[in-house]
Amino acid sequence: MAKVLMIHPDKCTGCRNCELACSFEHESRFRPGASRVQAYTWEREGMSVPMMCQQCDDAACVKVCPTGAMHRSTTLANLVDWDERVCIRCKMCTVACPFGNARYDAASSSIFKCDTCQGAPECVTFCPNGALEFVDDEQQVRSRKKAYAAKFKEAFQEVS
Amino acid sequence: MFGWTGTTLRVDLTKGTITREATDLELAHDYLGARGMGGKIMIDEVAPDTDALSPANKLIFSPGPLTGTFAPSAGRFEVVTKAPLNNVIAGSNSGGAFGPELKYAGYDALIIEGKAAKPVYLWIKNDEVEIRDASAVWGHTTPDTTDLVRAETDEDAKVACIGPAGEHLSPIANIMNEMHRAAGRSGVGAVMGSKNLKAIAVFGTGAVTVADPDRFKAAVMKARKLIQAHPVGGTGLKAYGTDVLVNILNQTGALPTRNYQDGYFPTADKTGGESLAAKQLVRPKGCFSCIISCGRVTKVDNPAYAGYGEGPEYESAWAFGADCGIDDLDAITKANFLCNEHGIDTISLGSTIACAMELFELGVITAKDTDGVQLTFGNVPAMVEMTRKACTGEGFGAKLAQGSYRLAESYGHPELSMTCKKQETPAYDPRGVQGIGLNYATNNRGGDHVRGYTIAIEVLQNGAVMDPRVTEGKADLDITFQNLTGALDSAGACLFSTFGIGAGELAEMLSAVTGVEYSVDEFMKIGERIWNQERLWNLKQGYTTDDDALPKRLLTEPIKTGPAKGEVNHLDKMLPEYYQLRGWDEKGVPTKAKLKELSLA
Ligand code: SF4
Ligand code: SF4
Repeated sequence: MAKVLMIHPDKCTGCRNCELACSFEHESRFRPGASRVQAYTWEREGMSVPMMCQQCDDAACVKVCPTGAMHRSTTLANLVDWDERVCIRCKMCTVACPFGNARYDAASSSIFKCDTCQGAPECVTFCPNGALEFVDDEQQVRSRKKAYAAKFKEAFQEVS
Repeated sequence: MFGWTGTTLRVDLTKGTITREATDLELAHDYLGARGMGGKIMIDEVAPDTDALSPANKLIFSPGPLTGTFAPSAGRFEVVTKAPLNNVIAGSNSGGAFGPELKYAGYDALIIEGKAAKPVYLWIKNDEVEIRDASAVWGHTTPDTTDLVRAETDEDAKVACIGPAGEHLSPIANIMNEMHRAAGRSGVGAVMGSKNLKAIAVFGTGAVTVADPDRFKAAVMKARKLIQAHPVGGTGLKAYGTDVLVNILNQTGALPTRNYQDGYFPTADKTGGESLAAKQLVRPKGCFSCIISCGRVTKVDNPAYAGYGEGPEYESAWAFGADCGIDDLDAITKANFLCNEHGIDTISLGSTIACAMELFELGVITAKDTDGVQLTFGNVPAMVEMTRKACTGEGFGAKLAQGSYRLAESYGHPELSMTCKKQETPAYDPRGVQGIGLNYATNNRGGDHVRGYTIAIEVLQNGAVMDPRVTEGKADLDITFQNLTGALDSAGACLFSTFGIGAGELAEMLSAVTGVEYSVDEFMKIGERIWNQERLWNLKQGYTTDDDALPKRLLTEPIKTGPAKGEVNHLDKMLPEYYQLRGWDEKGVPTKAKLKELSLA
């Protein structure tokens, strides 16, 4: 069974607890710049969207990595993992990721990319609004689909 | 060093100098940060007789030790300065993400002094700090200013700025950050305007460190659970925002109506949070590290009042609503948008318009004074038009932008200004809720609810129940809230976190972050120290026990209708006990022994 990290921008309030939880988990301090998840807010529209690595099956970052540091995890399903011992910091992965979800951090000489906290993502624990969800792939879109189904149900109930 | 960054940034706009100094950590232990530390810096550096709008006044932006951590709903900062409205220590508290960003840039406080020769903005990117020309930004609204400054600095910079009201030195001008959050009260925006400082943009990439990460995480988890399980902190505020209070206060009979001529507004429901959620609400929003999400992203489609933005909060909805005899929530929301865009305090302005409406109905002012507008209670377009004029400083608006005390006094009727120490009292009628009256009268910044929110017990029954109509026990209750809030504000926490947690949880999180052990008693003592420090400043400003007063109307004119019909406030029954419990003499002056106990003498 593989778990996936789902984002629900419609529920996000832009509080950035996810960023705080992520940096705290990885560095034991609060440095949103070190967070692997970023919640961006468009202040005029009052809309926020959390962004993080999608753990792609056909991952560009893995493909371009010359050392195999960026690799598909053998222990956890659906995780693209980064091995800091093998990595030469050539930063090709940061160039390749089409979403900007891998970045190089000079301060810690690391590649910042979501590692799902090795299967127990802290951002999900700390998101107070259910905007981040770590769910089985089979149930990945269930809540969203059901919410829409419920709307149809209401509409049909009214006409019938 | 944990919690605090250890560095304070000082910018002298007259000389154009930028200096860094070590944060005095011993003081930080005793005053925490934000309101406490900012107030202490101000008292030490600003002479009491300084003109608030002169270059000698200082403007201090200060987050707290919890700011920038994931302590729930604790990402706030305080703007501290001598208040142009009433000479008190203005400490205006705001959320958003500006305070945390200042910490990540490396600063416990930013002290601004002097006056720039021409409009400037400040650009802080970690340790690179620049004073930049703002001539192209001057005159713009707060959202436009934010965008313009970001275009010149960093698209993710956090921006605090003034709007036209601050530029015009309105003593009720505020400072807005992230477009929609306000350091709202006592005219802090005018001080920024007087310094020719249009905006401050901050971008920080540093960290806030924690003394004991495991202990902190455990304390945070516990605090989160308590807030999330609370009906107000966990559910109510997110669903309906603070405006949910309209119906609650109306049902208590303590919703001030038509400039406090009454305490009950029959159609108030149309202006409440439930109505807002049904119509104008787009989605809830949270400040940095917030788990409550009381913020309201709102829009108005009605072409007469169309707009998009945030709010209104309860007190704003009351000021432009019941207090003006208005129940049109589209119009109220529009007035709130205008205030945010132009950087003016909603509570003070709404209450000032209500005061003008009464002056108009009494015939003290006429359409000649009001630029031809029939400024009667319940006149919806007139209310919005007057808000717009006050925002831009046009015509009669320039008078409204002075606040209700100066307005009413200029027409010879200061008694119609519903203010304490010249600041407008908010949306809780002291005739229907006795304790909040004592708080208004004794509050160090004048008419203010947040620094002694006795409503939490008297009306909302949060953790304890007390009859709002009685005076017994209210002195003690008020003091407890005033002290608690002094410490809570200074830690960087949001008042709404008390819908779930209290001094115990806050002291525990503070200890874990800073590595300094704070017991509940010490935490409360810090709050008491801060309260007394502010009191001493007020005494130096010439305030006396005579100013620990309420507008006469609240003591002599009973509420006419509704559940609290016939009630007046009995301040005289509470004030002597308040002084006594505070350890002050009968004139309200802190005794030597008290000051010694608080290390203030
Ligand atoms: S870093 Fe980018 S390319 Fe690599 S797995 Fe994540 S989202 Fe895909
Ligand atoms: S914690 Fe959740 S609600 Fe808050 S910013 Fe992150 S995803 Fe959005």
